[in-house]
Amino acid sequence: MSAILPPSERVWYKHPIDRVEGTWIAIALTWCLVMFFMMIGWHIWGKQNLSTETYRTTAEQYTAKVQAMVDKYTVRTETEQKIPVVAAPPGSDIFLVARLWSFWPILELENGKTYRLHLSSMDYNHGFSLQPANINIQIVPGYEHVVTITPNQSGPYSVVCNEFCGIGHHTMVSRLYVK
Amino acid sequence: MSTATTYRTCPRSGLQFEKNAESLMKANAFIGVVWLLIGGILAIGVVLTRWPAVHWLPADKFYMVLTAHGIDMLIFWIIFFEVAVLYFASSTLLRCRLATPRVAWLAFALMLVGSVLNNVTVFRGASSVMMTSYVPMMAEPNFYLGLILFAVGALIACFVFFGTLVVAKREKTYDGSVPLVTFGAITAAIIAVFTISSGAIILIPTWLKSVGIVHEVDALVYRTVWWAFGHSSQQINVAAHISVWYLVAAVAFGAKPMSERVSRMAFLLYILFLQLASAHHLLADPGLSTPWKVVNTSYFMYFAVLASMIHGLTIPGAMEVAQRRKGYTKGLFEWLRKAPWSNPTFSGVFIAIIGFGFLGGISGVMMGTEQLNMIIHNTIYVPGHFHATVVIGTTLTFMALTYYLIPVLFKREMVLPGLAKWQPYLFGFSMYFFCLVMMGAGTLGVERRHWDMAFGGSPLAYEWPGAAYLMMGLVGIAGVAAIGGGAIYILVTVGSLLFGRRLEDGEVSARFVPLPRAAPTVIAQSYGSAGFAAPGTFALARVFLISFVLYYFINWKYLSTLWGLS
Repeated sequence: MSAILPPSERVWYKHPIDRVEGTWIAIALTWCLVMFFMMIGWHIWGKQNLSTETYRTTAEQYTAKVQAMVDKYTVRTETEQKIPVVAAPPGSDIFLVARLWSFWPILELENGKTYRLHLSSMDYNHGFSLQPANINIQIVPGYEHVVTITPNQSGPYSVVCNEFCGIGHHTMVSRLYVK
Repeated sequence: MSTATTYRTCPRSGLQFEKNAESLMKANAFIGVVWLLIGGILAIGVVLTRWPAVHWLPADKFYMVLTAHGIDMLIFWIIFFEVAVLYFASSTLLRCRLATPRVAWLAFALMLVGSVLNNVTVFRGASSVMMTSYVPMMAEPNFYLGLILFAVGALIACFVFFGTLVVAKREKTYDGSVPLVTFGAITAAIIAVFTISSGAIILIPTWLKSVGIVHEVDALVYRTVWWAFGHSSQQINVAAHISVWYLVAAVAFGAKPMSERVSRMAFLLYILFLQLASAHHLLADPGLSTPWKVVNTSYFMYFAVLASMIHGLTIPGAMEVAQRRKGYTKGLFEWLRKAPWSNPTFSGVFIAIIGFGFLGGISGVMMGTEQLNMIIHNTIYVPGHFHATVVIGTTLTFMALTYYLIPVLFKREMVLPGLAKWQPYLFGFSMYFFCLVMMGAGTLGVERRHWDMAFGGSPLAYEWPGAAYLMMGLVGIAGVAAIGGGAIYILVTVGSLLFGRRLEDGEVSARFVPLPRAAPTVIAQSYGSAGFAAPGTFALARVFLISFVLYYFINWKYLSTLWGLS
């Protein structure tokens, strides 16, 4: 019962290693290094890396930017709340507001084109969960996160809030269109 | 402080219990089980609401119940029980008196008051902020105050543990190095000090904000520091339950660690690297640099993962070596077939080891990979992962340990042994299934902490695929089965304490009996010969590695089909 007794060797560091253990440590270490360099390698060769471009912002500053985009590029409105659907030209900056309990506005993108998507929250933490593609990004109040996105499939998408944000959390859902 | 105390030698185990330590262990373990009971009752509300066909509780009640379930299970149940484990690993295993028993009772009182205060506040209904309580969403002040009192109590308990180590050293109750299980417990306690301090650093300003003294706590700073508490506290569990695995291997098989050096170095890797875990929760966050994310999320090149992979080999390996010495040497797996499968202490631990490694370990690395996190962050895959680590890993291990402690520490014969025999299988396997279907639903994108998959009839609602509804239904069924398994545990434990036949105390003396050193292990004796002492375990480890590698690259393949993101 020596795991609950002091080891027979006074200095535990001198306890020998069995070949099973030595072999396994070598294999496990190799695998750990593969996984570590995989993350770095994907930054070099992979196409899905989350941008870290971030600015401090306030609800007022951010709202002004979103409003400017909405005023310029709204193509129609949807639902009884008349949520604007905004089709900004490819390559431009597009903005999404997350707030209790909705996303605003609805964005319309072109397939295969690249956009700079800005995300920020007006109040609590929220989540940007794009379905069914299943891309999930955290939205933190006070921070404006700029993510460069290139849609690769047309169709209607949904944006679901997946960070708990209070009693109306389950109604916080919106659309995003890719033409 | 007076040192007058008595020592009882348990006739069933040979372990020696000091009087103060024994009462404290019983009190902490018992209150821990009470929290497990409360958390388990709350689990019924969570599971039956997320089961789409049942959808039981209204939204406000659901979020309140979910908040309490998370805190009661992840913090109160586990840390109360861990304090008992710390006292056991110090006072009992080193055969010394517990340092400052009155301070230890103070710690217990603080933890008790803090935990009750927190829960009472949650059930008032205005603090449904989830366990994470991300600012700027605020709970009532007593929510934070309760957690802070609890944390201070737990911190004091850690220092009582350290003090007890000093007592043992000074009074020379043992010879040489501390036992491996104690070494693991020291690891847990060191991580606990770091963790609990982080919790205090962020919860104290948040509490001050809730009473209006501080005006601003930055949302991102809160997330970063809170997770140094939130994730690292789960690393206390890892270190603690792995120590218990070594303990159970020793008491169930008389197993000796294959190599003290390897196992202890692995614990050292935990101390050095586990605290970086905060990053796991911030991979999808703005404002943090890529190098910071990559280094921290991988525990600096996955060195803590390496440590877990080592323990995952050496614990079953030690069991195998012990069994082979008893003559179960046929083939690769006779040692395993002839293991004491009807002893719930062993079966619970073995089911925990396999589930923790295959389900919890592999899924944890997926989520903790910077890019792969984007397909998992905040989906129900996340609770799928941590139910595999904390419920299958820690909770099931502590349940298994309880079955050992009922006669040894509580001096009662276990009631309903037939039910107890099946409990680890029912609880463990239903949790396996529960975690798997949760991860399945998460892979389809289903959110965690969400009351209604149908979005309350919102005009823009997303229609989840049928498979997602099916998976969530299965989550409900598996959850109910697991709650049944948990109920049997409570029934057996509490039933034994109340109605179990009282067993004899054993010899009581006023002096401790010093602890002898262990006999040299097989490996130490056969070193230099062509040792390959645990071939069966090595085969199991290879199966693990293959599953790990395959699943890892499947996820990268899935990621590569997504939109371009840069």
